Amino acid sequence: MEYSEKVMEHFARPHNVGKIEDADGVGEVGNAKCGDIMKMYIKVNDGIITDVKFNTYGCASAIATSSMATDMIKGKPISEALKLTNKAVVEALDGLPAVKIHCSVLAEEAIKAAIKDYYEKNGIEYDKELFKEDCCNYEHHHAD
Amino acid sequence: MKVYADNAATTKLSETALNAMMPYLTDTFGNASSLYDIGQQAHHGVQNARETVAKVINADTNEIYFTSGGSEADNWAIKGVAEAMAKKGKKHIITTAFEHHAVLHTVKRCEELYGCEITYLPVNENGIVKIEDVENAIREDTALVTIMYANNEIGTIQPIAEIGKLCHEKGIIFHTDAVQAVGHLPIDVKAQNIDMLSMSSHKFHGPKGIGALYIRKGIRIPNLIEGGAQERGKRAGTEAVYAMAGMAAALKEANDNLAENMEKVSALRNRLIDGLLKIPSSRLNGDRENRLPGNVNISFEGVEGESLLLYLDMKGVSASSGSACTSGSLDPSHVLLSIGLPHEVAHGSLRLTLCESNTQEEVDYIIDCVPEIIERLRSMSPLWERLQKERGNA
Repeated sequence: MEYSEKVMEHFARPHNVGKIEDADGVGEVGNAKCGDIMKMYIKVNDGIITDVKFNTYGCASAIATSSMATDMIKGKPISEALKLTNKAVVEALDGLPAVKIHCSVLAEEAIKAAIKDYYEKNGIEYDKELFKEDCCNYEHHHAD
Repeated sequence: MKVYADNAATTKLSETALNAMMPYLTDTFGNASSLYDIGQQAHHGVQNARETVAKVINADTNEIYFTSGGSEADNWAIKGVAEAMAKKGKKHIITTAFEHHAVLHTVKRCEELYGCEITYLPVNENGIVKIEDVENAIREDTALVTIMYANNEIGTIQPIAEIGKLCHEKGIIFHTDAVQAVGHLPIDVKAQNIDMLSMSSHKFHGPKGIGALYIRKGIRIPNLIEGGAQERGKRAGTEAVYAMAGMAAALKEANDNLAENMEKVSALRNRLIDGLLKIPSSRLNGDRENRLPGNVNISFEGVEGESLLLYLDMKGVSASSGSACTSGSLDPSHVLLSIGLPHEVAHGSLRLTLCESNTQEEVDYIIDCVPEIIERLRSMSPLWERLQKERGNA
């Protein structure tokens, strides 16, 4: 297992770390048992994600994907953020080891969870199909 | 500063070992089975190495069989006894839940190969096997008891002599995976009633790719590799004399300095444990007293081990962790789970393993580095935030 330089860069100096006290939406995914939890905070103005911060408990790739994913949605319209796939995050990081792909899935889900929270807090109608309830049932990859 | 603190993973080759190896990598390249001079020189190299290894554990010379390492020795011992004893109708094997995978996966294989039934003994919260549990697990058809000498992750030393005595009273073969113990603790296979013992050279500053299995005289197990007469015909193949010589030289050196090294390394270990336990919400994993001289294993709540060890790596410190992310699966280390740690505490474990060439300055450097990394990881950890809220600290 080896991390790309991009992953190590984002792990060593992650972007957008922190909390937003008056966040418009907060999403948390993952669990302690599996060893990773991601929590994302977004500020929204006119449908644009004007600020985003994260807190992550997890391995280097969990921290790096949080950093990269938040970079990728900052300043973007919500409609675009919703289209962010874990695959795009992995590509932006120049790849992740197979056992770590689930970290990128968590990042995608954390963003969606934060947006869903924003919609619900503001009584905005949304397409429920976009937010699958079983968001945490990602594939467990094992390496030996 | 560069600090290597992962000596349970592997150790640096000692100068003495390297010097002992060089002749067999250069001029004395002969095949140990050949009758002319350089063949005989190689043959002497093999015999001297065997004698040295035997002496250190108080075995007879012809009870030592060289292998490619600890995993091979474990595989051979366990599968060998299982196969031999299955023919006599004895198919029960007793082991523990926290063995190395070289043992756990091998006993599992014996279920398929020889229809064996395995009992996995629990260990207590300090990581020690209870002798009563071994006694209670023994059955009429018990073929083998295989229990590690000292645990590779939490360093706990098992009551080997008592287990050996019990097995001998019951006429059961006793094997111990002593990969972490040989060269670090005094071992006497006769006094401790050990029938079979696995060791690995690179854990005591010898070269990689070589180890040995001690098989007490009178115990018959099938050959591992068919072929020539090497290793008394039990493990054929032209001897890697340089590796055997390096292993023996390293082991002799470790054993000659054993008392001194144990004292020095234990003192460093205690300093490191005390220094790291000052970090809030940390705990030492494994018994504090019955512990390998160099082993430190501490869990820090609210942080994940892989991140911790990679940030430590950036500070020049090489360490290891029992988190899922480092085990390559979704579960944290089976050893940490076996002593009753919840998953999230096991994920936050850090193993630092020292040797006699580590210094107090290095230990103090680690004690300096770790708190700020823990602080940093906790400051961005939703798990830590939650724990603090639950405890009314936030």
